[in-house]
Amino acid sequence: MSSTLSASMLLAVPLAPLAGSVLAGIFGTAFGGNKFGRGVSHSLTILGVLLSFILSALVFQAVVNGGARFDATIYEWMSIGGVKMEIGFLIDSITAMMMCVVTFVSLMVHIYTIGYMADDDGYNRFFSYISLFTFSMLMLVMSNNLLQLFFGWEAVGLVSYLLIGFYFKKPSAIFANMKAFLVNRVGDFGFIIGIGLIYAYTGSFNYGEIFAKLPELQATLLPGTGWLLLSVTGICLFIGAMGKSAQFPLHAWLPDSMEGPTPISALIHAATMVTAGIFMVSRMSPLYELSDTALSFILVIGAITALFMGILGIIQNDIKRVIAYSTLSQLGYMTVALGASAYSVAVFHLMTHAFFKALLFLGAGSVIIGMHHNQDIRWMGGVRKYMPITWITFLLGNLALIGTPFFSGFYSKDAIIEAVHASTLPGAGFAYFSVLAGVFITAFYSFRLYWIVFHGKERYDQNPDAHHDHGHDDHHHGHDAKPHESPWVVTLPLVLLAIPSVVIGAMALMPMLFGDFFNGVIFVDGSKHHAMAELAEEIHGWVPMALHGFTATPFWLALAGVVVSYVFYMVKPEIPATIKTASQKIGLYQVLEGKYGVDWVYENVFARGARVFGTVFWRVGDQALIDGAVVNGSWKLVGKLASVVRWFQSGYIYHYALVMILGVFLLMTYFVWLNK
Amino acid sequence: MTLTLGHFLTLGAMLFAISVIGIFLNRKNLIVLLMAIEMMLLSVNMNFVAFSHYLGDMHGQLFVFFILTVAAAEAAIGLAILVLLFRNKSNINAEDLNILKG
Repeated sequence: MSSTLSASMLLAVPLAPLAGSVLAGIFGTAFGGNKFGRGVSHSLTILGVLLSFILSALVFQAVVNGGARFDATIYEWMSIGGVKMEIGFLIDSITAMMMCVVTFVSLMVHIYTIGYMADDDGYNRFFSYISLFTFSMLMLVMSNNLLQLFFGWEAVGLVSYLLIGFYFKKPSAIFANMKAFLVNRVGDFGFIIGIGLIYAYTGSFNYGEIFAKLPELQATLLPGTGWLLLSVTGICLFIGAMGKSAQFPLHAWLPDSMEGPTPISALIHAATMVTAGIFMVSRMSPLYELSDTALSFILVIGAITALFMGILGIIQNDIKRVIAYSTLSQLGYMTVALGASAYSVAVFHLMTHAFFKALLFLGAGSVIIGMHHNQDIRWMGGVRKYMPITWITFLLGNLALIGTPFFSGFYSKDAIIEAVHASTLPGAGFAYFSVLAGVFITAFYSFRLYWIVFHGKERYDQNPDAHHDHGHDDHHHGHDAKPHESPWVVTLPLVLLAIPSVVIGAMALMPMLFGDFFNGVIFVDGSKHHAMAELAEEIHGWVPMALHGFTATPFWLALAGVVVSYVFYMVKPEIPATIKTASQKIGLYQVLEGKYGVDWVYENVFARGARVFGTVFWRVGDQALIDGAVVNGSWKLVGKLASVVRWFQSGYIYHYALVMILGVFLLMTYFVWLNK
Repeated sequence: MTLTLGHFLTLGAMLFAISVIGIFLNRKNLIVLLMAIEMMLLSVNMNFVAFSHYLGDMHGQLFVFFILTVAAAEAAIGLAILVLLFRNKSNINAEDLNILKG
């Protein structure tokens, strides 16, 4: 493979899915007259993503083995004053890796969707949307300037909105998609401020030019305050990442986003979109290395998310919600790694997490269709007998998630824990406690889910809501609600995702973290932030790390989580019931059910407050002031004046004659006076 | 007391003022209106004659003839309009003529 990357090959990577999306979206729906059937639509989109994936793999090959790099502007689309807005690509190791992850997971989700959305009317629309998403995400990761990154950022937010509200006739889905978009917008506000600050002080959006100017801005203060410019910029950019990557307190949208179909929960809300924030912070590592305040902030926010969101996963009864809170918690882990200046570890965890979390979501989706669209785990149980492939792959995903040695998740999670342990920034102690406690909690809720769904007594026939979907269900076998294994289009992606979930950690550990994979891409100031240096001393290879892992604290915590969950939910189910009643008495359970009151604040303070504000502006400002005083008031005033002036039009000619005479008299007096 | 120009001018002014008042204070009778208009013209005639006498210029008196002629013509037309008006409305109340009221 050649060591140079051509612009046209790189352009084909995002444009192929876009073409598929546009064709399927226009001709596959009523918009273009329903010309394409389902087969054509899904074939076009899958071809687009497949082409993208093959090219991404070739690019990755060229970058890793041939040392190729690409950093150029493809097209300058606007130039206002001195501001240049360009489309450009920066292909280095992190981009190539992200391209491969995005296109692979997207391809898996496309294939899976053939089976999952088989009896949905919006089939073609769905394929169009997920291809559009792939295009947006690729533009985001391949960009060489902040403006294109922001375009991709907004575009993935838009497609996320479209997909969460896919079942647009459901009120809860519309509530969720508005919530996602609005909370994201709050993050985008901070992001735009950050981009603006960068532009104001460096004069460019391009990464290379920005990084070149950073050292001279180190001591600059924000005018009017005593704050370091780079700290403020870093925090503002991170606020954007908080919105996109669902960190506390902008996390509220992600559990609600489970209203969307499961394939998108896998694609968008586990593997790709939510990782955009992590990607962006890693990309901007030269900036973050210069600001300890921003890194501390990131550390603390990530730690809060990792710990508290994990706790919420324990009480969920919807299979997708548990995995959603797990995603939130793992995103917190990635953020904590960023705060500890271990950017490569964060990106490593991003990659491993993408695979096993997508696997878990798709597996959950397989269970859902197997259970005839029931999502409540209280009415599952013993599923492993009916859905063996789903069972095995789900188990593998779970083992990867909790950090079992030799599985991919172990390497990335343990590296994060060690990196945080080595960090000396303010907040690192709390972060270390959070990530350690999180290991136990993660293992506990993951295996709680596993035991309840796949083992134990079968409860699928006890579901009180079971017959809702059965009226028009045309693939259920008589009145038999028994679960069945999903078709091969659903289980094949599960198998294909299980493979990297197991092996990619071991394969990528040394090259990614300690080799020169990220040379020239991610910068760590070794003198101030020695997490990576300490990790390099401790980690010598994937086998030693795994063997050492068996004796380390995280492994025992994870094992404790698995054992405790087994005891609680398989052996003695009275214990969790007692704990639940006790926690309900002291109000703890209600706090968890209310998700720490964050949603309540958003709905009642911000949303209701905004509506009250709007009502005030409408009633007082619009109706009373503008309509009443200005618009209506002006004609009323004219009317009143006219009714007074009207008396002059008496109709009597001699009155008019009198006025004329008086007028002449006054004029003459005036002229006589003048000429005196 | 010797009569000066000023006295005659004052007389003319008073006549004019009386007739102007007569125009708009009048509500009942259109003929009074026409008479008031004639009197205005007459007061102007008075002014002309007075100036002509005291300044020794014949042109003033000459102009009075023109004014008298015009006044007569105009009075004729005015009376013709009055007759037509009476035919239509059966009275000559000035205060009934307010169709132009706005």
